[in-house]
Amino acid sequence: MSIIRRPMNRRSLLKAGAASSLVLATPTIISRSAWAETNFRNDPTNSKTVTFGFNVPQTGAYADEGADELRAYQLAVKHLNGEGDGGMLSTMKPLSLNGNGVLGKKVDYVTGDTQTKSDAARASAKRMIEKDGVVMWSGGSSSGVAIAQQSLAQEMGVVFMCGLTHSNDTTGKDKRRYGFRHFFNAYMSGAALGPVLEKEMGKDRRAYHLTADYTWGWTQEESIANTTEGLGWETVNKVRTPLGAGDFSQYIAPVLNSGADVLILNHYGKDMINSLTQAVQFGLRDKLVNGKNFEIIVPLYSRLMAQGAGENIKGIYGTTNWNWSLQDEGSKAFVKSFGQEYGFPPSQAAHTCYVQTLLYADACERAGTFNPAEVIKALEDHQFDGMGNGPTLYRGSDHQCFKDVLVVKGNENATSQFDLLEVVEVTPASQVTYDPEIFGGELGPYKV
Amino acid sequence: MMTKISPRSDLLMLVLFTAAILTMPIWLAPIGAGYPDLLQKFAIFGLFALGFNLLFGLTGYLSFGHAAFLGIGSYAAVWSFKLLGMNPIPALLFSVVFSSLFAVAIGYISLRRSGIYFSILTLAFAQMSYNLAYSVLTPITNGETGLRVLQSDPRLFDSTSEASGPLISNLFGIEMTGYSGFYFCAVLLIIGFYISQRIFRSPFGMMLRAVKSNQNRMSYTGLNTRPYTLAAFIISGTFAGVAGSLLAVTDPLAGAERMQWTASGEVVLMTILGGAGTLLGPILGAGLIKYFENIFSAYNEQTLHAIFSFLPDFMEGAVVSLASLFVGEGWHLTLGLLFMVIVIFLPGGIMEGFNRITKLFRRRPSRVGKRTGHSHSPASANAAE
Repeated sequence: MSIIRRPMNRRSLLKAGAASSLVLATPTIISRSAWAETNFRNDPTNSKTVTFGFNVPQTGAYADEGADELRAYQLAVKHLNGEGDGGMLSTMKPLSLNGNGVLGKKVDYVTGDTQTKSDAARASAKRMIEKDGVVMWSGGSSSGVAIAQQSLAQEMGVVFMCGLTHSNDTTGKDKRRYGFRHFFNAYMSGAALGPVLEKEMGKDRRAYHLTADYTWGWTQEESIANTTEGLGWETVNKVRTPLGAGDFSQYIAPVLNSGADVLILNHYGKDMINSLTQAVQFGLRDKLVNGKNFEIIVPLYSRLMAQGAGENIKGIYGTTNWNWSLQDEGSKAFVKSFGQEYGFPPSQAAHTCYVQTLLYADACERAGTFNPAEVIKALEDHQFDGMGNGPTLYRGSDHQCFKDVLVVKGNENATSQFDLLEVVEVTPASQVTYDPEIFGGELGPYKV
Repeated sequence: MMTKISPRSDLLMLVLFTAAILTMPIWLAPIGAGYPDLLQKFAIFGLFALGFNLLFGLTGYLSFGHAAFLGIGSYAAVWSFKLLGMNPIPALLFSVVFSSLFAVAIGYISLRRSGIYFSILTLAFAQMSYNLAYSVLTPITNGETGLRVLQSDPRLFDSTSEASGPLISNLFGIEMTGYSGFYFCAVLLIIGFYISQRIFRSPFGMMLRAVKSNQNRMSYTGLNTRPYTLAAFIISGTFAGVAGSLLAVTDPLAGAERMQWTASGEVVLMTILGGAGTLLGPILGAGLIKYFENIFSAYNEQTLHAIFSFLPDFMEGAVVSLASLFVGEGWHLTLGLLFMVIVIFLPGGIMEGFNRITKLFRRRPSRVGKRTGHSHSPASANAAE
């Protein structure tokens, strides 16, 4: 009997232990959710610091952009905390920040890897929100990922400041109250490119689209095709390619026999580097089709991609949100402090992420609270200047920034390894502004 | 570990397991893993690995395409949300039906071969499903962007008041996010564990083990093994489908990347890391991998500097730059090293490690017990197990 009873005692002990720990667990769980009810999520009032989350692709097709974004975020945090030379804090107008953190709290940050996958990005963002207690998170490089995170922002009640995302849907049919975009979009690219393409390539062209097969590619293809068809161009074909395909030769070979004389690459990051390089290797640019020089257009351009594609980008047209060679005060200040920190000029991805962080911090300062409902109101219809793009409006009806768009061309005679893009034209904001109704969508409530 | 298998020890194991799972928010908090999203992932991938183990651990058939069922479960669940409403129950039923149908089809063909050929066949099916979801069936799956629930979806059974609310799955008013979402997953994990335990102990489970040990001999005795393996494959696929639907329940979104071969490989890693063919091993493996993925990948130089700040400056820099190779984006490297160490030194996974340790402790008190002849203290009996 004693042999049986002894393990029985132990068992009942363990059972009792398990049961009592369950009972103990319940109040903590309930009180935790009760606490969240009374105020907004991750209220930093009782803490000395405030935490931002930076969720960027560290692996995958957009990893280069992600690395540059992270550098910009770290620089922004430094400037907010009053370290370094202050960067754009000295040029931003209006400015409520004073270099002692945000609302007197030192800014801390946590980082995460989106892996350019919606699932991983949301898991990483949830970690930041639930474990690290961020009041805002930011990051980008894929519109699919940005849209997924933006809807998470709305569910969780934490503001998401989009980094690089260019799809019309981000502030169009998938716009959210808790998501904000400083970057321009595909519609603006089309509107800005149109006149330049007409001047350089004429009205009688046949275009062939290769498109990254996700939300950004689709909307860019649509916007660019609308523009070019408006000019009188004919669209020969639109081919979708998987993201991160690596080898595009199977998609480029058919272009040769299609009778098209313009190839439009709706690709970004490493995909664009690969597809452009292969298109040039296939000799597309040396061809004469329909009596015209064959042309390639990359509607969304970035210096990092130009760097990756090397010689091949010479003379190729596209648009960009910002370029480090701009000579306004804000751009100069940012390029200077970024250069001092890292030894090379920032990319457009870095620029937009840096600006987004400052804009959020400034909005908190103006609202006088971290309460997202108030911060959102402070950002909506906010007008500012000195951030590198001239006077800019954060439109309240779709959370999209309206500012000048740069039409650029791959530099034919680069003076340095960074001097790769030549600004052909600065299209004024008024020319790329559109009615928010055309894309539909619903922002949702302030309070969630 | 239970050495003698009796209904009582099984019951005890189930009770302990239940208690351990339900108290996870408490005992995982000190290592930074006690937040809802990761807890949900632990439970969901634990279930996924548990199901995978029913096939691989018992029959020895190594499926390299189990992520396909995970993805199918997710898509089925999101479609159920879109059409029927945000209740997780129909979503679960939907995904059980669809994943088991797919498992019947894939299993029927793949199980005609065994060994590496079986693995390759399942891998091929999973890649096919992935590519279909990614680019061919975009009207159903929304491709790379991922399938989401929209305000404009019909959602037949949602009342009008819910129709304008946030698009979060809710079980009769309880929102399936945060801790309530975790407990929902945890309950299913416990049910899954119970089913798995019953299968392990049943004559059916015995038959599956016999298939693993020598399938030819089974055939020579005149027994057709295929119905058994097919049944195991379907059960296992359904587990994966339920796990997939739970992913969608806690976060109403389904993406094609869930079906990618890396996801299939991950569950193999989880099972082997924890110990294939053991009841608890796969769940431990799943927890370990998800922990690495979420916690290690979040370390950056800033956090490392904080950890090593006790070192003198010149050493701190060196240690941080060395350590930063293994954290952040380098977490795969750490995981790879750990996997190598375990496979080389503990081929039976973490569970083998546990067993070895408990054996170390068991021998000594039992010898003492023999020498003294009677009545050793309950404390030492405690340590023995």
